Amino acid sequence: MSMDKSTSIGRVRGLGSAKEGTDHWLHQRITAGSNLLLMLWFVLSLARLPGYDYATVTGWLASPWAAIPMILLVTSVFYHFRLGLQVVIEDYEKDVTRIALLVLLNFFTVAAAAIAIFSILSIAFTTGAAA
Amino acid sequence: MLVSIVHRATGTAMATVGTILLVWWLAALAGGEARYAGFLDTFTVESGGLNVIGYIVGIGLSWVFFQHLASGVRHLVLDTGAGFELKRNKIGALLTFVFSVLATIAFWAWLLAGK
Repeated sequence: MSMDKSTSIGRVRGLGSAKEGTDHWLHQRITAGSNLLLMLWFVLSLARLPGYDYATVTGWLASPWAAIPMILLVTSVFYHFRLGLQVVIEDYEKDVTRIALLVLLNFFTVAAAAIAIFSILSIAFTTGAAA
Repeated sequence: MLVSIVHRATGTAMATVGTILLVWWLAALAGGEARYAGFLDTFTVESGGLNVIGYIVGIGLSWVFFQHLASGVRHLVLDTGAGFELKRNKIGALLTFVFSVLATIAFWAWLLAGK
């Protein structure tokens, strides 16, 4: 027996049968807001770069003013698309295919985020040290 | 109706093609000058300008981004319960396309002519 003093109805209120309530919906909206700001920053920063050669781009990305927002962007955008693609998969696939694609989606998101964040840190630390 | 499925399609396109491109770009930069040159070679001609693939991917992804941004903001407005009257709803949907096309043109005009 649970030590929870709340009533049965109190425990499930707002959660629904999936037991996670409105978290998915809410996180999708919150990251939509952070994506809007971070992606506009990213697109404007890219457009403002004087060139796209190796030295110019790594010089820009090595600065904490670019590296930190880039890490935040990867976190926010990747979390947002993981939630979004989950809904797409759940709407159009069923049974084994659905489960397989959802597992694949998690692997893809986490692996892509790890490579992206490692790359940003690597550029920031090595370029910063050389300069 | 159309704007809803386009929101899904553009989101899926960025989550797959966009993510792979972003991760490739970052990993190539981290890999050093030679790796980054390989990345650039895929999308540019000898003189440094974009090649056909570069233009298709670049203009394509930027339109996809602006369209998803506009229809996403429209969704946030609809979430408040506003804009469900038929006429207003339709105008809002059309405006997302007007915005994404104009923003894409403005962005590429800046990139190509502004430098």
